[in-house]
Amino acid sequence: MTPLVSVSNLRVAFRLGRESTVEAVRGVSFDIPANTTVALVGESGSGKTVSAMSILRLLVAHPGRLRQIRGRDITAVFQEPMTSLNPVFTVGDQIAEVLQLHRGLPRRQAFEQTADLLHEVGIPEPRARVSAYPHELSGGQQQRVMIAMAIANQPKLLIADEPTTALDVTIQRQVLELIARLRERHRMSVLFISHDLALVGEIADQVVVMRDGEVQEHGPVERIFRAPQHPYTKGLLACRPRLDVRPRRLPVIDDFMRSTEPKDPGPLERPSEASTVVEAKGLRKEFRLKTGLFSSKALHAVREVSFSLARGRTVGLVGESGSGKTTVGMLLMRLLDASAGEVRFEGTDLLALSDRQMMAYRRRIQVVFQNPYASLNPRFTIGQMLTEPMRVHRLGANETDRAERARRLLQRVELPPESFHKYPHEFSGGQRQRIAIARALAVEPEVLICDESVSALDVSVQATVLNLLLDLQEEQGLAYLFISHDLAVVKYMADEILVMREGEVVERGPSEALFRAPRHDYTKNLLGAIPRGIEGRV
Amino acid sequence: MSAVIPAPQLPAPAPARSPGVWRAAWQRLRHDRVGMACLMIVGAFAVLILIATLGLIAADWQREVGLPYAPPAFVGPDRDEAQQAIAAPKGPPVDLSDVDPLAPRYAEWRERAARFQTAETVKSPTLPFGGDRLGRDVLAKAIKGAQISIFVGVFAALLATLIGTVLGALGGYVGGKVGDFLEWVYNVFTSIPDILLIFAFAAVFGRGIETVILILGLAGWTGMYRQVRAEYIKHRTREYVRAAEAIGVSHRARMFVHILPNVSHVILVRLSLLVVGFIKAEVILSFLGLGVPVDQVSWGTMLAEANVELVLGKWWQLAAATAFMATFVTAFSLLTDALRDALDPKLR
Repeated sequence: MTPLVSVSNLRVAFRLGRESTVEAVRGVSFDIPANTTVALVGESGSGKTVSAMSILRLLVAHPGRLRQIRGRDITAVFQEPMTSLNPVFTVGDQIAEVLQLHRGLPRRQAFEQTADLLHEVGIPEPRARVSAYPHELSGGQQQRVMIAMAIANQPKLLIADEPTTALDVTIQRQVLELIARLRERHRMSVLFISHDLALVGEIADQVVVMRDGEVQEHGPVERIFRAPQHPYTKGLLACRPRLDVRPRRLPVIDDFMRSTEPKDPGPLERPSEASTVVEAKGLRKEFRLKTGLFSSKALHAVREVSFSLARGRTVGLVGESGSGKTTVGMLLMRLLDASAGEVRFEGTDLLALSDRQMMAYRRRIQVVFQNPYASLNPRFTIGQMLTEPMRVHRLGANETDRAERARRLLQRVELPPESFHKYPHEFSGGQRQRIAIARALAVEPEVLICDESVSALDVSVQATVLNLLLDLQEEQGLAYLFISHDLAVVKYMADEILVMREGEVVERGPSEALFRAPRHDYTKNLLGAIPRGIEGRV
Repeated sequence: MSAVIPAPQLPAPAPARSPGVWRAAWQRLRHDRVGMACLMIVGAFAVLILIATLGLIAADWQREVGLPYAPPAFVGPDRDEAQQAIAAPKGPPVDLSDVDPLAPRYAEWRERAARFQTAETVKSPTLPFGGDRLGRDVLAKAIKGAQISIFVGVFAALLATLIGTVLGALGGYVGGKVGDFLEWVYNVFTSIPDILLIFAFAAVFGRGIETVILILGLAGWTGMYRQVRAEYIKHRTREYVRAAEAIGVSHRARMFVHILPNVSHVILVRLSLLVVGFIKAEVILSFLGLGVPVDQVSWGTMLAEANVELVLGKWWQLAAATAFMATFVTAFSLLTDALRDALDPKLR
């Protein structure tokens, strides 16, 4: 049987400036058979998106035919539904336009079909939703609308480029199921692009593993998961934290690439009894939303959240977007003012302190943010960045001493000493996150808040940063508040877990027990939605 | 036989300083041909102005070195001058003493005048780029005018930038009541037509270079304010500023040490746009007689004189001022464009 699409020896190069070019895709070949899901898996910069998008361009030599094929035979769904939909047109307008354009349907008929399509992608009250604007829908619903638009013309191939990455885990699962169902019903092929191997295992029939613009391994999903051949694939599979074991350190891809498969490091040892450093009691945060000229409404971002952080131990805060988990971290550091509650740092209520008194405690609680590209000032050298906090808190005898300390910090987070004079743009995401960690450590804190600190990183880099965080915790007895939407990572890092939903803690408990026997329905939902690779097939 | 000599302990080579953001921008600018050409033109003007300020050239622009309306050298002297002059009288000499009541005193005056030395300056019939009504060198005037016009443009732009940046930073960073107040001031300022505002200031302050700078600066800061404010609002919630707050960095340091360098490219581009705009504004003001004082020259005063001269067919003063201004303003504008591309490569 001839494949629907056959890609052979695809090369894509981009121009950088006047002379230099960079090859993003270097001789990639794979087939997409009819009625199958092929997944392109790889980390950022592996060339997976570029390869997929080239299909749209290369397929037809004739530019006139391109417009016909694109949007009818081949359609695409992208990562950010928010930016893919035009905010000034209704959902109906946008879907109907596709039908009118490619099938020449009259307007009324197009709108009727639109309602059917919305029903098919599982949007409640589809007739009413036809006239809704994109902002009236949730992120998951927006992505469903994008999918409806993509399948409107019965395409033969749907390219889904990280379609669930911007969505919450529970929604991710639903969208995944939707795509699988639609593929079945419309007998089309899906080219599914993702960085998450576990997710791909749930939906793909064929997997293409890419790295640095080259195909590393290619095969049916069963084989890729059960018997991976290439060390890179093995590494990718191993470096994600697993739910069933908690090793002392996570394996990293470099070990596999050097073909020294790591020995079993043994289970992670945790201090059982430890002294409490910070105790948060009844934290509340309300935002006032103006609803009219004089009226306003309270939005409860956080209600009655209590927990305590102990030396050398980690509390995990899990929840989907909008659950208020980041707000809790901000309240703890007083980057936001709490509406009620107290934060006791060794007995002193931080929320009652003046700004001047707070300065002493600023040093003792530090934070590492999510986005390593935004959290470092692009106009500062790494040296400036690391010595500034010491200067603010009068640590170190003089500038030479501070520079010396900064160099030691760089060494500690495994960055070369030359980094001292460099600027952030010269580092990769993982290295930047190490710099952010080094900056937080510069003031010798006792509590570190990790606010989605590894969420923006590639899986392989994620493992190394998590290992670094564990090392630091062991050495310095740091107390972590680990905030994340990623249950597997939180399960690995945390000793105690708080599950948050709409500002409330719905369930809490030791991480093992919570994962083994969740009590609350929401927790069960969350756990059920974790991608499990081949075991969790849709 | 060989002996092993321990290698002398060399000091570790100093780590190479890596290119900062500005350096990278310069690298990009260097690849922009138009930008570099414009940079050279602007640089040439800068050198010209520097020399003029030091008084090495065009210091004596007020000397009447040529005949009135001496044409440019490349046109050649006016040949029809003799024909236009009144023909010499040919009739017999007439005693005018009974007609002219002052005639008897002429001899006395002549005698008194003879007591002083008079030097007859030779006025050149042509000048490199012609002469004006008084026979002053137009080229020298244009150079001196460039000095004043560009000086006014640059300093007025700096003043407007200072006001706009400080207020914009306050409005964007602090927000709240302060922000509202500044917005109110901004709205009041922008509700008055620009040119009217300038005239009002000019009428109050009188003439003078400092006044022109002050007027343009006070009237022109609003655009800068608006843009800087928007940038600060954007950056205020960025994670690197949050991180600085978490470390305990003061508000002032966050505003001016952390955020300012990150919005400086916006300010720089806006500043160069202001320079161009203010040079043109100064020309208009001087043309209307509200600009630099009469004893000084700028491109604007040259243009103001030119409208009378043009009727007489003396085009060179207009041409000189226009050519200078057009060259500089065009080069500066293109340089601004190149600068924007170099500083913010994401735009391309």
